[in-house]
Amino acid sequence: MSASNLYKPYLMKIEKITDEAPGVKTFRLAFADENEGKQFAFKAGQFGEYSVFGEGECTFCIASSPTRAGYIECTFRQAGRVTNALANLDVGDTIGFRGPYGNIFPIGEWKGKNLLFIAGGIALPPMRCVIWNALDTRKNFKNVTILYGARTVADLVYKHELEEWAKMPDVKLITTVDPGGETPDWKGEIGFVPAVLEKIAPSSKNTVAIVCGPPIMIKYTFPVLKKLGFGANDIYTTLENRMKCGVGKCGRCNVGKYFVCKDGPVFTFTQIKELPPEY
Amino acid sequence: MEKKTLTKENLPRFLKKLQEDGNRVIAPKRTGEKVDFSVIGSPDEIADDYIQTVQSAKFAFFPKVEEILSFTANKSGVKINDKDTEKIPSTVVFGLRPCDAAAVASLDAVFNWDYKDNLFNSRREKIGIIGLSCAKSDNNCFCTSLGFGPGDTRGSDILLTELTSGDYLAEIITDKGKAMMNAAPELFTAEPMEAKEKNLADIKAQFKPEDLAKRFPAAFDREDLWLEQSLRCIGCGACAFVCPVCACFDIQDEGTTQNGTRLRCWDACGFSLFTLHTSGHNPREAQNHRWRQRLMHKFAYMQERLGVLGCVGCGRCSRACPADINILENVKMILEAK
Amino acid sequence: MKELKEKARDLLKNKDVQVVIGYGDGTGGKPRAIFIRDPKDADRLIFDEKCEQNLAVYLLKHEVKKLGRPAIVATVPVVRSIIQLAAENQIAEGSVVILAITPDGKLTEIKTLKDTETFVSSNPPYTRPEDLEKLERIEKMTVEERWNYWLDELSRCFKCYACRSSCPMCYCERCTIECNQPQWVSPASHHLGNVEWHIMRAMHIAGRCVNCGECARACPLDIPINLLTLKVSEDIRKNFGLTAGMSATLEYALSTFKTDDKEEFIR
Repeated sequence: MSASNLYKPYLMKIEKITDEAPGVKTFRLAFADENEGKQFAFKAGQFGEYSVFGEGECTFCIASSPTRAGYIECTFRQAGRVTNALANLDVGDTIGFRGPYGNIFPIGEWKGKNLLFIAGGIALPPMRCVIWNALDTRKNFKNVTILYGARTVADLVYKHELEEWAKMPDVKLITTVDPGGETPDWKGEIGFVPAVLEKIAPSSKNTVAIVCGPPIMIKYTFPVLKKLGFGANDIYTTLENRMKCGVGKCGRCNVGKYFVCKDGPVFTFTQIKELPPEY
Repeated sequence: MEKKTLTKENLPRFLKKLQEDGNRVIAPKRTGEKVDFSVIGSPDEIADDYIQTVQSAKFAFFPKVEEILSFTANKSGVKINDKDTEKIPSTVVFGLRPCDAAAVASLDAVFNWDYKDNLFNSRREKIGIIGLSCAKSDNNCFCTSLGFGPGDTRGSDILLTELTSGDYLAEIITDKGKAMMNAAPELFTAEPMEAKEKNLADIKAQFKPEDLAKRFPAAFDREDLWLEQSLRCIGCGACAFVCPVCACFDIQDEGTTQNGTRLRCWDACGFSLFTLHTSGHNPREAQNHRWRQRLMHKFAYMQERLGVLGCVGCGRCSRACPADINILENVKMILEAK
Repeated sequence: MKELKEKARDLLKNKDVQVVIGYGDGTGGKPRAIFIRDPKDADRLIFDEKCEQNLAVYLLKHEVKKLGRPAIVATVPVVRSIIQLAAENQIAEGSVVILAITPDGKLTEIKTLKDTETFVSSNPPYTRPEDLEKLERIEKMTVEERWNYWLDELSRCFKCYACRSSCPMCYCERCTIECNQPQWVSPASHHLGNVEWHIMRAMHIAGRCVNCGECARACPLDIPINLLTLKVSEDIRKNFGLTAGMSATLEYALSTFKTDDKEEFIR
């Protein structure tokens, strides 16, 4: 009998649905086959292909931390055919999952360092896995700073977790909304993420920066980090690109000679600078 | 490597015996002016006197539509039916030119470079290749420029070269080739006296494969060249689909959410939607950037990442292109650009 | 074609146009589309009976539009394509200079839509006899024979969409087959998917096709797709008296209702 089908997904049951923001949901998924669940392992930074049978597959990162066994989570925004189909599902429904694919945040190399997480809008999900991974192993790291911004207060995702992080004495959380996005009782910062970063001016000494956001945010954040003294090797980001197979065969997600699904999605800024302008 | 003679009378007998043993035989068949690979019933359907087929035979390894899985679903859950790879028929592909046979190595690389693609492999292991050397070529052929040749044995299990008498030199190259020969060993007689080289097309190399690695990576930024080469490109997938190496694919679900299939279908980097994000952002919005991707992938990226070339110089894309975009001409333009 | 080269050179020199879209020498004696921007290059323009590709398709390509105001070498079917595109608001009055060439080799420079209409009315549509013969042969078949004929031909299709990409009338930014909410037509190229695609395209082209035959020429697998669109064009001409590419005012059979419309097809 030939080897198992590379494209056959695990069957996952939806355990919990959280409405994060308008059009944005988080699914907590458990393996329908418990044995598969026990054998499954992944590392922060990896992604999967989630499918609604009959509608298609879609690429999201695994948004939960590998330190939490028994389930995986994904967060998505309703945008196209598959995400709209996912959004119509209920707790107890079955979807498919292929993974884990891609490379990882080298969290082992960051022991003893300060961690600076910078995220914008719907780009907090790819970072959530590594943030919780760090917080679940808190003593491995020195200072942990999280800077997260969105267009409006309603667009902030993981609102419960933001509350949790705000309460943690060993985590510095700064949240911000774009000018005009605040509500009357908003207590956080008001300003674009790069501007707020410049204002809080965290130290780059012995610090790793992990940045994820829409292209425009990344474009204006990197120069600020450079100004603060961060080296290109100490800045990490995740890229996304149109994907289908997720395993480096369908030929779609490449940026130059690199496949986002194999050489990424985690890249250092050193690698980003080498990439051709094709993403 | 064993060398034998297969007479022109024994060739159809050999193919017939392979069919009787339960192999389906795919060979070049003529319809009108064009010749193309097709499953044949009788060996006398096989075309002769042509330079190259329109399409490659890659559909035998990698069909244009392939079922990945089928499923049924109801309130209590989903049941996935895996593809039964036992049902894939044993196949002999006859008449692959040496360029096409070499292309199989590139397909092997794409489908196995780290994750192993069993859909491809389960077909691959059931295919035996009887290659056919080229006595003629046209000005679209450029296999020799890429390090291949009209009598190259790479990729074939048995390679036949037609001699002046009409009989064939049969080179038994692999164990699989030997097993195929042993289906009817009496049809194979002693090695012929005539030299193989006498019967091969004379294809002058127009550049050296080493030049590609020297010039292509830096050519990425030559927007002027990419635009000039691709202005008349209409953005169809003809070049990708006739190519023996192109293996980009799409995954599509069909049916309903209760009952359906997941399919793998051919796709092409030349299509405008290939890299389009759901957000509307497209990293390759302009046709000249999609064209650049085609050439860079074939002549730079694949060599660097997978260790194989993405082109074997068969010339099919140039012949099939409705807008006469000639890949040899364009590769030379990049190599000779100042 | 000395006159053509001179005209092209003058148009570029006077900056009337920034690009001349025409035919040049291609691989192995075939002509290919060329885009002349420098007046000195006008000598590369050729014209003979092999120049059949419908160049009107390039008028709507983003990369070509960026080059500036075009002049285009146009045989009669190409002029008709341009008129139909103008009728559909894809080409504005005065935005293109047409270098029309009649079947007997006479060159006319046309600048207004009115003049293009005059040109095509004195150079009526021409359908190749071999295509009409093939059509007749198929029409004589029984319904079952016809279905089997087309299933046979279309099963070879691998959905490269050369037919769509080479057609000037297929200018939709997102083709129906590329819509996935809902997925109207299957994108896979199995039998059903191929038949669905070609029927869909024939219906979307109905009443707009000028029968240039480019779809069949472009098809790398020699599938006679132009017979489908020819058949639909003939049906529209017989039933509604309309022919595409003759008037720059849109008269689209399938979206206009006239009280004297024949309804014999409703049985």
